[in-house]
Amino acid sequence: MLENQHSEIFTIGVGGAAGDGVKKAGIKIADFLRGRGYEVYVSFDYPSLIRGGHNFTRLSFSKNRIWCDHSKLDILIALNEESVELHRGELKEGAKIITDIPLLKISENPEIVLEEDVSKMPFDTKTELIDGNTAFAKGLQAAGLDFYLAYPMTPATSILHYLASQSHSAKATRDKQTKEGLKVIQPENEISVINMALGMAYAGKRAAVGTATGGFALMQEAFSFAGMAELPLVVAVSQRQAPATGVPTHSSQSDLRFVVHAGHGEFPRIVLAPGDPEESFRAGADALNLTWKFKVPVIVLLDKILSEHMMTSSIDSNLISVERNKDMVFPGAPDAVVKVTSYEHDENGITIDKAEDVKKAIEKRFEKEKNIEEEMQNIETVKIYGDIDNKNVIVFFGSTKGSVLEASKYFNKPAKLMQIVWLEPFDTEKVKRELEGRKIICIEGNHNGQLASLIREKTGIEIKNKILKYDSMPFDPIELAEEINKIWN
Amino acid sequence: MELKDLAAKAKITWCPGCPNSQILVSFRQAVTELVQNGSLKIENIAAFAGIGCHGKISDYININSFTSLHGRLIPAMTGAKCANPELTIVGFSGDGDSYDEGLEHLIHAAKRNSDINLFIHDNQVFALTTGQFDAMSPKGFKGKSTPFGSIEEPFNPLLLMLSAGATFTARTYAGEIEKTKKIMQAAIAHKGFSYVDVIQPCFTFFDTRDYFKERMYWIGEDFPTNDLMKAMDKVQENIDEKTPLGIFYEVEKPTFEEELYK
Repeated sequence: MLENQHSEIFTIGVGGAAGDGVKKAGIKIADFLRGRGYEVYVSFDYPSLIRGGHNFTRLSFSKNRIWCDHSKLDILIALNEESVELHRGELKEGAKIITDIPLLKISENPEIVLEEDVSKMPFDTKTELIDGNTAFAKGLQAAGLDFYLAYPMTPATSILHYLASQSHSAKATRDKQTKEGLKVIQPENEISVINMALGMAYAGKRAAVGTATGGFALMQEAFSFAGMAELPLVVAVSQRQAPATGVPTHSSQSDLRFVVHAGHGEFPRIVLAPGDPEESFRAGADALNLTWKFKVPVIVLLDKILSEHMMTSSIDSNLISVERNKDMVFPGAPDAVVKVTSYEHDENGITIDKAEDVKKAIEKRFEKEKNIEEEMQNIETVKIYGDIDNKNVIVFFGSTKGSVLEASKYFNKPAKLMQIVWLEPFDTEKVKRELEGRKIICIEGNHNGQLASLIREKTGIEIKNKILKYDSMPFDPIELAEEINKIWN
Repeated sequence: MELKDLAAKAKITWCPGCPNSQILVSFRQAVTELVQNGSLKIENIAAFAGIGCHGKISDYININSFTSLHGRLIPAMTGAKCANPELTIVGFSGDGDSYDEGLEHLIHAAKRNSDINLFIHDNQVFALTTGQFDAMSPKGFKGKSTPFGSIEEPFNPLLLMLSAGATFTARTYAGEIEKTKKIMQAAIAHKGFSYVDVIQPCFTFFDTRDYFKERMYWIGEDFPTNDLMKAMDKVQENIDEKTPLGIFYEVEKPTFEEELYK
């Protein structure tokens, strides 16, 4: 059995009805372990309902870095008979089933479910247990966010919840700074959300919006307006199973192509795809700084797994600087007339339609691409892990990073692991250099192999081996490793 | 600052004689007077517009402006006001723009009492798209998309705004330049959401000049503008025979932006 090779990884499942506190108990146990120096990863599986239904929180922990949770359980804490039945097949040999300890007691004393005595271990305050949405929100804050706007939609909603709690504490504790503090607004729909944010950017404030891909679909016209009017805007787009309403509480990576091509017409934009909470934090900060530096809309592409699952992370807001664009002028500046329009326009903001003027206006917007490409030279647009010179390459993006890095512990040969972080502009040169002449496998959470097709479009390299998962659930690292090993054999 | 300073270089492309020009004149005069009497700094006003014939107005005034998407100026106006409450935010919209495409934003701006001023150029037709019925066209309206007559009744936007919580509700007629100017100034002076429907006959696709000439009248100065029920009655009175003009309702309530910065 593969999992026995890494017996130092332990997995606990907590199952019960929605409303029982399954999530809270899981987080308590996980944070207890993190505090004692463990690397922890926590996943949450729940249906789209308020009470009843089956909720399952699963956490894997280890002394070494752990990138995603495993499906085989060492301990099952079952709050009802249904949970025992549903997860019996996932138990490792000798696994413990706990049915007789009340959840409240576990939340208060998480160590009671653990076999080893960890109570004397020193408490770690340098790391935190955090999900991708909260980390992203903290990144925005660190880069000087003034306004966050959103209409609730799973799995982006917790960004709204977290930042709303932050704006409240600013009110309560920093009276004098209230005028400067973060403001959070929940408008009537996604169309209002994005147009309100554009009005804020026009008046000189740093605004971000967040939604699931369905909500982003409603924002398309205004996203294009941001491109046309060169208004700074950050959009967090968290993918869930789609099309349409899909499976609201399950994940997917099926919107890569959608966000890369979002908005009608041609205009430059930046799309960042972080793979874990630490990268989400960085992406939130970078997105806000980049959109104000280059005046192009920036999308941060998340998904349910990254948005909601938690892991041991180190986040330091002191490392983030707030970059402002000193060339921009806003209404209220004496002797300036600031005109913004969704029509094609000249540099004074007056509507134009003469062929040569239109051509010039489009070329002026695309000139920024050169500056963005220059900036990309100093940024990790692509990240390489594992055996960096190996001819076997695994390529992936977004939250699949966690599954691949965890799976790599079980590979039967060394491999180079390559994560594409910047989806647009695409770092063609670097990707080509890293992939050319290699044996490549592309891992994605979608049906069509959208990353593989993007790589082919940009580099001409065709990836024949693809592992695609579109059942709306995360990859299990051991199953993924077995599939990859099979391709290599 | 003089009136002529508000003129912009762009060529006016409205149809000859279009009452949109009269709304433009009223607005330029309103702003010039406010700047001259010291109640407004010209750099602190921003004019928003939607898409439609009315939307061209932002090219024709030499002040800060924001021409939004079709129907979407209202959230952008609220956004700008939240971002900088020192700004005076005015918006020009059309009946197609805010009674059709962006109706949800109109209702919610009234509901949240955002401190913005909205002037609707109401010509009861989609004009820039060359003449189709819209939310204000009467039943039976024959346009290019309804050659046998529209089968829908219009709704009463003033009644809708009153019930949605608009704290300043008025109607004027584009041809009445002086009175429109005064209503615009009163709207700007009002703290909270100011909504003004400006009847603007479209000479090309729906010429209602004679229709309104027979029906329009100004409500008296003694009309109680703090009585919601009376305002609702007034905007519904004998609707086929009478079109009352004036300020129907004006009350003070905390604004959205005040609450946000509290």
